[in-house]
Amino acid sequence: MPLIHFTERGLYCPRADVYIDPWLPVSKTLITHAHADHARPRMGSYLSHHDSVAVMRQRLGDISAEGVRYGEKKKVNGVEITFLPAGHIPGSAQIRLASEGEVWVISGDYKLENDGLCEPFEPVKCSHFVTESTFALPVYQWDEAGNVMASIERWWQQNSAEGLCTVLQCYSLGKAQRLLHALSQEIGEIFVHGAIHNTNEALKTAGYKFPHAQYLDASVDGKRLRGAMVLAPPSAIGSSWLKKLKPCKVGAVSGWMSLRGTRRRKNFDRGFVLSDHADWKGLNTAVLSSGAEHVYVTHGYSHVFAKWLRSQGYQAQAIDTAFGGEDEDAEQDEPANPESN
Amino acid sequence: MQAFAQLIAQIDASSGTNAKVAALLDYLHQSSDDDKLWCIALLSGKRPPRPVRSSLLRELAAQVSGIPLWLVEESYHVVGDLAETAALLTPTNEEQSELSLSELMQELGALRKMDDEAAGAYIRATWQKLSRYERFVFNKLITGGFRIGVSQRLMVRALARYLDEDPNTIAHRLMGAWSPGDVQFEDLLRNPRPNENLSRPYPFYLAYPLEEAPDQLGELGQWQVEYKWDGIRGQLICRKGKLYLWSRGEELVTERYPELGELDGSAWPDVVIDGEILAYKEGKPLPFGLLQKRIGRKKPGKKVQEEVPVVLKAYDLLEWHGEDIRHKALRERRKKLEILVDQVNSSNILLSPKLEVETWEQAAALRTECRALAAEGLMIKHLDGEYKTGRKRGEWWKWKVDPMSIDAVLIYAMRGHGRRANLFSDYTFAVWKASELVPIAKAYSGLSDKEMAEVDRFVKRNTIERFGPVRSVQPELVFELGFEGIAESKRHKSGIALRFPRMLRWRKDKAAAEANSLEDVKAFLRAQART
Repeated sequence: MPLIHFTERGLYCPRADVYIDPWLPVSKTLITHAHADHARPRMGSYLSHHDSVAVMRQRLGDISAEGVRYGEKKKVNGVEITFLPAGHIPGSAQIRLASEGEVWVISGDYKLENDGLCEPFEPVKCSHFVTESTFALPVYQWDEAGNVMASIERWWQQNSAEGLCTVLQCYSLGKAQRLLHALSQEIGEIFVHGAIHNTNEALKTAGYKFPHAQYLDASVDGKRLRGAMVLAPPSAIGSSWLKKLKPCKVGAVSGWMSLRGTRRRKNFDRGFVLSDHADWKGLNTAVLSSGAEHVYVTHGYSHVFAKWLRSQGYQAQAIDTAFGGEDEDAEQDEPANPESN
Repeated sequence: MQAFAQLIAQIDASSGTNAKVAALLDYLHQSSDDDKLWCIALLSGKRPPRPVRSSLLRELAAQVSGIPLWLVEESYHVVGDLAETAALLTPTNEEQSELSLSELMQELGALRKMDDEAAGAYIRATWQKLSRYERFVFNKLITGGFRIGVSQRLMVRALARYLDEDPNTIAHRLMGAWSPGDVQFEDLLRNPRPNENLSRPYPFYLAYPLEEAPDQLGELGQWQVEYKWDGIRGQLICRKGKLYLWSRGEELVTERYPELGELDGSAWPDVVIDGEILAYKEGKPLPFGLLQKRIGRKKPGKKVQEEVPVVLKAYDLLEWHGEDIRHKALRERRKKLEILVDQVNSSNILLSPKLEVETWEQAAALRTECRALAAEGLMIKHLDGEYKTGRKRGEWWKWKVDPMSIDAVLIYAMRGHGRRANLFSDYTFAVWKASELVPIAKAYSGLSDKEMAEVDRFVKRNTIERFGPVRSVQPELVFELGFEGIAESKRHKSGIALRFPRMLRWRKDKAAAEANSLEDVKAFLRAQART
């Protein structure tokens, strides 16, 4: 019997009786990272990296959660469980499960590039590798993050010179902090939407620092926004909240911005291609360096990527999950539990 | 090429029309006349035929990137644009091209005469000299279909400002047959010699749909009411005794419709008639479906001419004895048109009659009978109105009959193109035949962006099978489809073809079982046969 089963509730390890990132309520869970499509409410217990626990408590409310460090070994019914850095967002982990010589790695969401904010991705040897496939097509090739940040800054300066506010749409957990970490503080003030502010506060309890992020609450004088940068999640960009920031230019920071059709459809003033997911090369590198023979491809272009991997000699199959990979707007950024808002 | 690629990038990045016009104006100021002409031609749809087959581009992209052809294909389904797919797949490059746009277009012209190997070598070598965005623009020039969010109108606006001319004048100068190789910017746009181009048509005046009751338009006496004929719009030009027939897509179709093109114009004055090319037999219009047999044929044979003869239903006169009379009131143009039709006295040029109505109620009653006459509805034109350029509100209204409609179930979805890249936006709908769902129509339009995003999510979560870009989905969603016509068809499994099907609304209140049956649809066919 394999160590991991793909069930209707999620990925399940019968020997340890734990689910990994399940989408239906179960008693015991291991959570790769705190994005809402992986860390859902109403689970009996949560085990994840410390930083994810901090965010989950803020997003999911009063939960029974335990935190671990990267590399710390846990034994559950003879199954060795280790959380290793996935490089996706703060606290994100690949979960390694080993028992009787069988080693599985469930990588959640990941990127290979070091973003300077979260612990960088670490290749983990295994025989069975579960990989995402959000950007698993050869048309997705990321430029260096430094170049993208530089072009964001140039655009910001240009807008500032015209007396405009610069608004960037970004996920409130992960992308927002990556931007806060990388953007220059010389150009102007940086404000954040409430959802990002809340996430920052949670991450601060885990030791992260965002000294330049100011909470954009009602007390902020509108004049200060001229020339400033505002970070906001997708839900705010589509709402009347945005009106308060005018006159402004609105850009989006996402891997999806690499397609011209998507850029045009979403009607942003600018689209910047920067992702916290691995691109085509990254995914291939990760699969190769895992050394796995068996690859299970979840959320994204899973069928295409599995077919490609089979043509490269892997035993690969596409697995249907409830993670938001294929939907551009569905990396469920917003807390799933409305009470925690 | 650099400047042109930059122009496209600027247009691409701006959502407002002012910014686009400013970018165009910038380009016009900095480019040579030859480059200007090419830019105008490319952006207003007058591009040369595609120099290589599009499958060559796929093969080259596969070779250069080292990925198999099927993966290029899968990528293309998601990106929704072959030129962009090839640009994204090939390795990045920081170089920029020194070639001017017109030099490049000349090279592409030569490409057409090369075999695949030589053409492939040229394209690969050129890719290496281009940055990623330039490569995309270059691929667009190869694949054609250069739609980048610049309408002809914006091009005209920019040119009018550049040349300090009236936009309508510029629109007219750009009409008809010209290509950058055979004409100078100076002669086409700055100082055109009158009568140099005898075949040149006028820009068409297009009507807005009437969405409210026509009594909003005021007194009926100020308006001319006609049938809206169900054919294709055409402009018949006679200058110096020679005839030219243009379609609305600015295609010269004189030879396709010998009934009009071969008329003897030697005794006619110089005139330009606006009207409808209509399939017409034994004193009655034929359904549009029959005209389709003629539309694609460059040189129609005797048989099809006998089966589907065409006439011109003349409804406006734009030039009279060589004089442009578009600024004159419709009532005056109409009088002259009546004189001309009488004088020409051909059974192939018929006056589109003014309908005798005294009240809007009478007009409304006539409108309900349109379908039986194979007309699409009514046209309402202000008698004092001049003949304008393009789609303008206020004086020309089309009042179409309400579409026929059915409720059908979504069964297949396909990824879209362009703005709809990576979005399941093209749908196939089915109706019930006993307990089976049979496909009845494809429809792509009618949903809001928000609704489409919602359907896209549904498709991704309810996929049954995948066939390349197409997915079969759980038959759950019901939509009301509108359509303009219905005909029997051997090519379709349902035995029926619908004309211009589109989504009128999403019936979230209905379950799949409540959708219409094939029998319900066939009832429309029978009702049509009775009239």
